[in-house]
Amino acid sequence: MSSSSSLSSNSPCAACKFLRRKCQPECVFAPYFPPDQPQKFANVHKVFGASNVTKLLNELQPHQREDAVNSLAYEADMRLRDPVYGCVGVISLLQHQLRQLQMDLSCAKSELSKYQNLGGIASTATHGLLAAAAAAAATTAHHHQQFNFMTGGGGGGGGGGGRDHHHHLYHHHQFFPRDQPQQQQHQHMIRAFEGHGSNNFDASGLLIGQLSQFQAAGADGRRTPVDPS
Amino acid sequence: MTNSTRCAACKQLRRRCPSDCIFLPYFPPYNPQRFSYVHRIYGASNVGKMLQQVEEHERGNVADSLYYEAYCRIEDPIYGCVGIITVLHEEIYHLQYQLAKIQAQIDLLKAHPPLQGLEYSANLLADQNGVYASSPSSFGPSIHCLY
Repeated sequence: MSSSSSLSSNSPCAACKFLRRKCQPECVFAPYFPPDQPQKFANVHKVFGASNVTKLLNELQPHQREDAVNSLAYEADMRLRDPVYGCVGVISLLQHQLRQLQMDLSCAKSELSKYQNLGGIASTATHGLLAAAAAAAATTAHHHQQFNFMTGGGGGGGGGGGRDHHHHLYHHHQFFPRDQPQQQQHQHMIRAFEGHGSNNFDASGLLIGQLSQFQAAGADGRRTPVDPS
Repeated sequence: MTNSTRCAACKQLRRRCPSDCIFLPYFPPYNPQRFSYVHRIYGASNVGKMLQQVEEHERGNVADSLYYEAYCRIEDPIYGCVGIITVLHEEIYHLQYQLAKIQAQIDLLKAHPPLQGLEYSANLLADQNGVYASSPSSFGPSIHCLY
């Protein structure tokens, strides 16, 4: 076997290929940017820059990095698809959907109580039937609602170190009016954020409810009202 | 021609702030954290590029959303604002689940409104497995099997 081969035993990771440099064994990008996914690094590089990503990864424990890279890749992808709002656009749409569901649920509960009140208290058997029907319907709903946008092994359930404090975000929150055009909805959400300005602001408060003004530089008159049409 | 008061970006980058500085309208000097955060996550030149590639009337929204995402990322270095999206999806799923349950209950009650009489209860109790008996009933169409 020739010992003069200059070929590396491992192909360079997507990052080093993109950056046109030798992929060292200790390359920080290699575990998370495999060579068969060149677009992933290209997007992350375009939005965040390689050195910023390196700094971010170096601040994390190794077991946290995969999820961090996948979330950065997702954000970068969203930003490239929507250069104005990026992930914020996704968030505001989901908030709108959540608000709509809350209203639908409230209407449904009210309708259910009307039916229940009409018939008086149902028998035990009727309760059993209602529970069975509800369970069957809910199981069907569950199968349709599996969501995992974090492909590449990170998984929606992975990590979770920074997520737990998000879980009680939405119980009592105000939403922007649903009949506002989409752009106004995004802006409303952003405007609701910034006025906190306080260093005590935590991410769990970023969601609706506790947001105040996000809009910047109002004083210098740069803002022009968005045409609602 | 430069600005007498530099914008937050030029202050932090330690350079002169020209009158046509792209950062000036969106990173005012009285809010240094705004530029500091986006600079930390995206870098100044990336922010400048992202502002330049959209029309002027959209740049404020770009700056705002970048700040929002940078803030989220600093607060949650692993997931950033993607963590919020995940939670939103979970909340939506939870509500859809609740709604499906209630809708099923409503549909059942619509099909078989509960009556006060004992005969109806007796019919329901006839089959312990929750399957309606196929014997004639005066209470509307029978459902032979719920599953």
